[in-house]
Amino acid sequence: MRTLYQFHGGIHPPGNKEQSTQSGIARAPLPSRLVIPFRQHAGEAAKPIVRVGDRVLKGQLIGMPVGFISSAVHASTSGTITAIGAQPIAHPSGLPDLCATLIPDGREEWIPHAAPSTSLRTGFDYRNSDPAELRRQLRMSGVVGLGGAVFPSDIKLRPGNRKIDTLILNGAECEPYITCDDMLMRERAAEIVQGAEMLRFMLEAGEVLIGIEDNKPQAIAAMRQAVADNGFSFEVVAVPTIYPGGSAKQLIRVLTGLEVPSGKLPTDIGVQCFNVATAYSAYRALAHGEPVLSRIVTITGNVRRAQNFEVLLGTPVRDLVALGEALPDTDRYLMGGPMMGLPLPLQHGGAEPSGAGGAAGQLLPQAAGFASNVSQLPPTDIPLVKASNCIIAASGRLFPPAPPALPCIRCMRCAEACPADLQPMDLFWFSQSKEFDKAQQFSLFDCIECGACSYVCPSHIPLVQYFQFAKSEIRAREHDQQAADHARERHEFREYRFEREKQEKAEKLAAREQAAKQAQPAASANPADAMQQKIQAAIARAREQAAASQPKNTDHLTAQQQAEIAEIEARRAHIHELAKSADEAPDNHSEGRSQ
Amino acid sequence: MLSALLVMAGIAIVLGAVLGFSAIKFRVEGNPLVDKIDAILPQTQCGQCGYPGCRPYAEAIASGEADINRCPPGGEEGIHKLADLLGVEFKPFGGGTVLKPKSVAFIDENLCIGCTLCFQACPVDAIAGAAKQMHTIIASECTGCELCVAPCPVDCISMVPITEKIANWKWKYPVYTLAQAK
Repeated sequence: MRTLYQFHGGIHPPGNKEQSTQSGIARAPLPSRLVIPFRQHAGEAAKPIVRVGDRVLKGQLIGMPVGFISSAVHASTSGTITAIGAQPIAHPSGLPDLCATLIPDGREEWIPHAAPSTSLRTGFDYRNSDPAELRRQLRMSGVVGLGGAVFPSDIKLRPGNRKIDTLILNGAECEPYITCDDMLMRERAAEIVQGAEMLRFMLEAGEVLIGIEDNKPQAIAAMRQAVADNGFSFEVVAVPTIYPGGSAKQLIRVLTGLEVPSGKLPTDIGVQCFNVATAYSAYRALAHGEPVLSRIVTITGNVRRAQNFEVLLGTPVRDLVALGEALPDTDRYLMGGPMMGLPLPLQHGGAEPSGAGGAAGQLLPQAAGFASNVSQLPPTDIPLVKASNCIIAASGRLFPPAPPALPCIRCMRCAEACPADLQPMDLFWFSQSKEFDKAQQFSLFDCIECGACSYVCPSHIPLVQYFQFAKSEIRAREHDQQAADHARERHEFREYRFEREKQEKAEKLAAREQAAKQAQPAASANPADAMQQKIQAAIARAREQAAASQPKNTDHLTAQQQAEIAEIEARRAHIHELAKSADEAPDNHSEGRSQ
Repeated sequence: MLSALLVMAGIAIVLGAVLGFSAIKFRVEGNPLVDKIDAILPQTQCGQCGYPGCRPYAEAIASGEADINRCPPGGEEGIHKLADLLGVEFKPFGGGTVLKPKSVAFIDENLCIGCTLCFQACPVDAIAGAAKQMHTIIASECTGCELCVAPCPVDCISMVPITEKIANWKWKYPVYTLAQAK
C-alpha cells in the first residue's frame, strides 16, 4: 500500500455526482449547426485555413496552429462552412471570438486516410517513432489538456532540463456534479491506459501513478483491470475525496509528497501530470489518427435526465440542455462545476452576466446577481468546446443566491481552507486596495482559484473574484511595462540613429574637404602655376576624349566605299574653299543683310 | 595631547582618502533618479507634458522644474507612482487635461500620398513606407502619441481606440452589495 500525503486545507462540498452516473455515456445526435471556435486551447488562436462555402470532411483541419503555444482545430463532422466570424463563446468576458459555422450534411464522411473510429492505424508503432514526430502529430490533432486548462499537450511532453521520474494520470475529478472523467474511466479504461503508456514513452518517465478519488470505486476497479489486462506496471491509487484534490499541484503532493515550489512547474521536480481524458484523446490521435472532435460532457443539475454525452465540439449548449431535459425553473446555465465553472450568457439580455461579474462559482458568493424572476429562459447558443466538461442547469432552489457580503472579520477560516497554503484574507485586503506588489509578495500567483476560501467565508466575500481581478491587472501591467520598455528602446535607438547620421554627414564633409586639399598641395604656393596645370590637365582630357570618339568604322572598307569617301572629302574641301572666298568679301554680305 | 591630535588627524586623512577614492571609483554617471522616473513614465514620447519626450520630462521632474501631473498617458496612477517615488503629495491633473482611451494610429491608405512627413514625426519608428510610396502603421509598435496626426497634409491618419478583445480582456474590479446594518 502506497503512503499518501496530505495537502494543506481543502473542503468537503456535497458531491452530487450520483445523479449523472446512473446510465452510461450516450452519443449525442448530430446537431443541425456547429459553431467551432478557433481558440479552444491556451495560447494563440488557430488560424482559419478554410473559406466560407468550402465543403469539409469530418476530421479535416480547419484551424492551423500559429506560434509555439497553440493547437489545431478540426471540423467535427462533414458539411459546409457557412460563416467565419465573431460569435459568442464561453468566456468570462462575454466577448465574442472567431468561430467557424459548420452546417453538417449528416453523412459523417471522414477525411481520406484517417481510420474510421473502430480500426487501428495500420503499420504505425509509436515505439519506433521519433517522440518529436509524435508531439507534432498531437499538436496537429488538437490534443490539449481536457481537465479544463486546455494547455497544448505536445508542449508538456517536450523534454525539459530535468528527467521526468513520475507521470501522474489525473482521474481525481474533485469538483462536485462533474462525472465525465468517472464515466470515461469506467467505459474506456483500456484506451486511457494505452494512451498513458504513449505519454510515458514520450516523457521517458519511470513510474506511472493514476490518482482517482475514492468516491469512484467503479472507475478505480475498471482502471485496475485495464492496467492488469495490458500488463503495464502502472499503479492505480485511490486518493481521499477532498476538494480540490484534483488540482495538479495538490494531486502531486498527495501521491508523491513533493511540493511544486512557488513559480515553478511540476517538471522542475520531475513530475508531469495529465488528465485521463487527455490520455484517451492522445491514444485516439496516435493509434487511430483521429483528431479531437468530441468530448464527454456531463449535463446535470436541475434536469430530468442527468447523464454524460459524447458531443461533437461546436455543439450548441442548447442541444445538450434539450437532451438533459432542463426543468422549467432553470434560470441559468453553468459551464464547468459549481466551484470554478462559468455562468453562460443567456440570449435574452435580461440576465446576461456583465463583464464585471461573470465569475466563477455557484456555491460561492456571487459578485453579480442574476435575475431570478425569469422563467423558461431560451437556452444558449454558446458552443461546447474542449474545455467544457460539464453543463449544470442551475435554479434558485439548487443554488440559492448568496446572502449579501459582510466585512472581513479576519477569522482565518479561508487560510485554513486554502490548499495552496496562502493567506486569502491578506490577499483580499491587498487586491481590494489595489496594492498589487504586496499581493505578489504574498504569492498571489500560487492561488489556483479553487474557491475553497470563498466557500468557507462566513462573510460571503467573493474572494476569488478579487484574486482574478488582481492577477489579470498585474499581468496587464507587466505587459504595459514591457511595451513601455520596448518603446523606450526604439525611441532611444531613433535618437542614436539621428545622432549617428549627423555625425556621418559631418565626417563625410570633412573627408571631402581634406581630399580636396590634398589633391592640390601646390595650389597655395603658386596660383598661376596651378591655373596652368589645370588648363594642361583639361587639354589632356579633351585629347583623350577626342581619341576615344574617333570613328571605328574606317577599317576594312571596299574600294567603292573608299572612292565614295574620297569624293565626299573632295566636296567638303570645295565647300571650305567657297566659304573662304565668301569670307574675303564680307562687305557685300553685310551690306546685303543690313538692307 | 599631541598623540591624540596625531591619531585624530591620521584617521581624518585615511577616511578622506577612502572617500576620495570611492568618489572616483564608484562614480554614478548621470542622475539615477532620472532613470527611476523615466521607468515610471509610459514612454509614449508624445510631448503632451511640454518636453520633447519622456526622458527630458523625467530630467525636468528630477531637477524640480516640472510638476508630476503633466503626463496624461500615464494616468492618475502614474502620478501616484511618481508621488510615491519622490515623496511628494499626489496632484490631480490640471483642468485642461483630457484623458483619452488608449489608441493606435491608422493610415487610410487610399488617401496617403506618400509624403513621409508622418514617419519623420513618429518617435518610435512605428510607420513603414518610403517617399511617394504608401505608408502604414506598425500597430504593435505604435504608442498612440498622436504626433503623426498633425503633420499629415491630407488628414489621412486617425486614432483608433483599442477595443476590448478576448486576448486583452481583464477581470473587472468586483462589485457586490454589502449587507445593510440593522
